[in-house]
Order: sequence, then C-alpha cells, then structure tokens
Amino acid sequence: MSQLVLKVKAGKLKSLTENPTHYCAGCEHGTLTRLIASAMDELEIRERTVMIDSVGCSVLAYNYFNCDHIVAAHGRAPAVATGLKRVRPDLMVFTVQGDGDAASIGLLELIYAAKRSSPITVFMVNNGIYGMTGGQMAPTTLEGQVTTTTPRGRDPALTGTELDTSKLIAGIDGAAYVKRASLVVTELSSSRGKVYTIKNILDAKKSVENAFKVQAKGGFAFVEFLSTCSVNWKMSILDAKRHVNEKVIKKYPLGLFKDTFGVEKQ
Amino acid sequence: MKGNEALAYGALEAGLNVYFAYPITPSSEIPETLAKEFGSRKYPEYKFFLQAASELEAINMVLGAASGGARAMTATSSPGFSLKQEGLSYAACMELPFLIADICRAGPGLGNLGPEQSDYFQATKGGGHGDYRLIVLAPASVQEMALLPRLGFDLAFKYRNPVLILGDAFTGQLKEDVEFPEFETPKYDVSSWATTGAKGREPHILNSLELDYQKHYKHIANIFEKYKQVEASEVRFEEYLTEDAEKVIVAYGIVARIAKGVINRLRLKGIRVGLLRPITLWPFPKTILKNFASQGKQFLVVELNTGQMVQDVKLAVGNSVTVDFLGRWGGVVPTEAEIEAKLRRLEAIAA
Repeated sequence: MSQLVLKVKAGKLKSLTENPTHYCAGCEHGTLTRLIASAMDELEIRERTVMIDSVGCSVLAYNYFNCDHIVAAHGRAPAVATGLKRVRPDLMVFTVQGDGDAASIGLLELIYAAKRSSPITVFMVNNGIYGMTGGQMAPTTLEGQVTTTTPRGRDPALTGTELDTSKLIAGIDGAAYVKRASLVVTELSSSRGKVYTIKNILDAKKSVENAFKVQAKGGFAFVEFLSTCSVNWKMSILDAKRHVNEKVIKKYPLGLFKDTFGVEKQ
Repeated sequence: MKGNEALAYGALEAGLNVYFAYPITPSSEIPETLAKEFGSRKYPEYKFFLQAASELEAINMVLGAASGGARAMTATSSPGFSLKQEGLSYAACMELPFLIADICRAGPGLGNLGPEQSDYFQATKGGGHGDYRLIVLAPASVQEMALLPRLGFDLAFKYRNPVLILGDAFTGQLKEDVEFPEFETPKYDVSSWATTGAKGREPHILNSLELDYQKHYKHIANIFEKYKQVEASEVRFEEYLTEDAEKVIVAYGIVARIAKGVINRLRLKGIRVGLLRPITLWPFPKTILKNFASQGKQFLVVELNTGQMVQDVKLAVGNSVTVDFLGRWGGVVPTEAEIEAKLRRLEAIAA
C-alpha cells in the first residue's frame, strides 16, 4: 500500500497524446479523458499506469492516453486488469467502461473484481445507451426511452427496470470506493441570462483522483459518470445536457455510496 | 502421480508465475494441485493463484497477466475450452504468450467425462473467431504431461503465441511414475512489448483492434509469416518402427499407446507395421507423412472422434495411398483387437 500525493500542475499534460479524439461534439468522454490525464499527471503515476481499453466509445483511448494499454474484449476489462495487477502490483491499472460493457456483458467481471477487492480502478460512463454500436438499449436506459432496439420505448415488463450499477457495486462488501458523479455542466438562470457551472466536473475530477488513491491503498474503486449521448438520443447537445440534469439525475442521483478508506474527506 | 498433477508440477518446474483457475472435470486436479502448492518455498517464482468466477474471467485474467510478461496459465476441459476461445482469439492477435491445457472429454455439449479427441478441430484450426493458430502439444503419457509445459512456455515466448496442451480424460487421470529432470528456467525478454509502465520509453499497446484495413491485412500477414517459421522449425513427433513398415498407424495421445501394443503383437507375427505419433498437432508433421506416402506406405488413422486429424493426414499424403480410419467416441476407447482388425482390412484393401 502506498499513498498518492497530488501536485497541481499547469501546462500541457504529459499523459495526453497530441491526437485529436474521435468523440462526437458534446460528448463527455473527452471531458473524462482530460480529467483522468490530469489526475495521472498530478499524481505522477503516468509512467506506471496501464489503461485497459474497453469495447465501446472508449476503445480507441490508446490513441489519447500517453501510457501503456491493453485493449480488452467486450466486458472483460476488469478481468484483464486483475490479471495484470496481480503480476505487476506496482502498476496503477484502470479502465474506462461504458454502461453496456460494464453493466451488461461484463457485469460478472465487474462484480467479482469488486467482491475480491481487486486493487484496480473502474470508471464507468453512463449515457444510458450503447453509443458505439449506434444507440441500442443499455441496462441503464430509462423506462420509456426510445432506442433503436426499443423503438416504442423501453418496456420494464419485458426488459426490467434501469440497473443502478453504483448501488449494486456499493452493496458488494469488497468494494472500497463507489461514487456516482456527473460530467455534465449545469445551467443556471441569472439576471444576465444563461450561465453554466462546472461544479459537477470539478467534483468528477476529485472522484478520479480519489479512485486512484484508493487503488494505491489496495482497494477496488468504481466511479460512475453520468454523461450524454446527444447523437443517439437524437437531441441537441444542450437539450441532452438538460435531459441529464432534469431527468436522468432523478433516476441516478449523484453521491458517494461507499468510501472505506475515507479518501473523500482528505 | 496423475497426469493432471504432473502437468501442474511440470508448469511449476517450468517457472509458472501465475495460475487462474476454473474447475471442470476431468481437469480439476490441475488447479487443485496448484492451489495446494501456492506459497510453497519450493517454487519462489510462483506468485499468484486465483480461482475465477467463470472460464471467461479466467482466460481474460491470463491475458492480462501475460500482457505484463508473466508466465501465466489456465486449464480446462472441453465445454470450458469452448468458452476459452474468446480470449484465445484476442491473445493470438495481440501476440501474447501463455499456456493453456484442455483435458478433452466427450462432447458435444456436456457429453460425458470420458476421453475424447474431439476438440482437435477447435484446437488446431484456430477455434475462436478470425484467422489464427495455437501451437498444440499432445502428451501421450504422464511423463509428457510433466515435461511439455517447459516446451510450451519456451514456444509461447519464442513466438509470442498461446500454446495449448491438448490432453484427454485418459492422460489426465492416468497414474504413472514421473521424473522431473533438473531444469534451469529460461529468462524471456519481454521488454520490447510487455505493458509494464511507459517509463523512459514509448507506450506499449497490446491490441487486436485495427480499423485501417490495410494495416490489419499486414498484421495478419505478419502473424502467418511467423506461423510459417513455427511450421518450419517446431514440428515434433515420435516414430515407432516405421522404417520398414508397410502400414503406419497415425495416432496421438492415449490412442498412440494402444496402437503400440497392437504393433508389438503384429510384429511378432511378422507384419510390418509402425506408428507415427504427432507430438505437435499444430504444426502438423506433414513432411514425414508425405515422405512415408512416397515410399508407398499405407495409413490407418485412429482417433477418439468421428474423424478429424484424418483430414490433415489425407491433406499431407495426397490421393496416391490408402488412408483408412478408425474412430471411437462418447468416451469409448478402441481395443487392440479392433485396431488389429482394421489393419487387416487395410491389408486387404492394399492387396
């Protein structure tokens, strides 16, 4: 076990490559990429970090993060991460999974990584849909939400209700840190017109840092990030962000579900 | 000791670092032995043992550990081997070295716990999606179960490809004497590719995804160039009384041992029959079979399936000679008398 110390740094991030990302306009994957890279820089872990790239919109992350990568099969990132971490315990191993990857095809891998307190970090982007494959129903898709595989809206009588992944993982005793954060900016009305606050994003950054700190202490860390997918939701970027802040957040309230090591208070 | 135990100790003697387990009969003595020996001072290189929650989880853990440059291994039996195909396909494309054993039982489906060689196609033709090969080693005795892991790790790291030890319920459960000769564990240089942290070097990216068609075309072409080298350098087989033989039995694993009994008996009666036992099922010993065919030898292929390796034998020898086949499946093993009867039929065909 070790302690990670954060040093705030300015300028170009060493943990990012020069490559432009493939993410759609308005997508928060780019935001998360930036937050993780800055945490890697500020915690000075880039040279001993290996990212497990998961199938979904984050599968091309090896083009963006300037560190070692293993590209896993759909859903298997926590298993691959565990395999690597157990033979190279000095490494920091993390993955960015989508909700389809982590909560559907890879739910067993996720649950057992948590159950065994596998010292890895899992970031899950919850945008309520399979983005990369073109907008099919995910476990997180809201009741009534129209997707390409629920053209008349998600019917809970057939497909069950929404899966609350953070709640599920927090219920597993091996997990040390479970948090739901949001990558979506919030609109505020003011006398001068519309303004936006990045409070959510600052909190998301803190969550990323804490999730790495928990891994350094030997614990399993899971952070879910609410995100939009305006392209597949068939909404404008702004409407998609409003949709998260007004509707999605009611089903998936933000919060710290679990913090065994008390990193959030530090 | 049992074949499965010998395989486990053989892997430890070969410097195993990590084992990821999932139990399935008739292979479970492998993880049981490795669980028992975990923490033993006798094997200082053996750092980690974990029972996974599924076959898929286990193979993907192996994939992660191999990415870190460790000597990693898992084992399974036929229904589990089907589940392993996902990880094997990815690992072959990512060029990862590790060891996997399939202690083949009767299939398809759950089949039963008896011996079969019906995973031959899956083992030697790739098995999962996409175009790739595993290097496949077939032990015929407990002693070979003990020694093949050494060769397996060597070949895996030399060619950066998964290596499969394809046993069967018989070789796994058989009890025989076994020796572990002194062995100095080779050091494999993984520094050019393993994901150990990009300190003072460019990042290492272990990946099977390539969206550029031309680049992917080239990558697969390069892998198959590598396979050509394997085929040129790594074919292994045992010949038994083939030199003057008019008829050659082609069989591997436990079947080859039954065949030897038949051959010994027929030789006493003056019938010139021999055995070719492939030890590497891939690369397949094509050249020697072709040479036998050019000498006019006739062939009998005996397998614990409805006829799989016989196709490779026919491809190797062409149409000029007779290739007869005897298959038993469902856990049923051919008797010496049945093989002898089939050989006599071959004699009749030839005449």
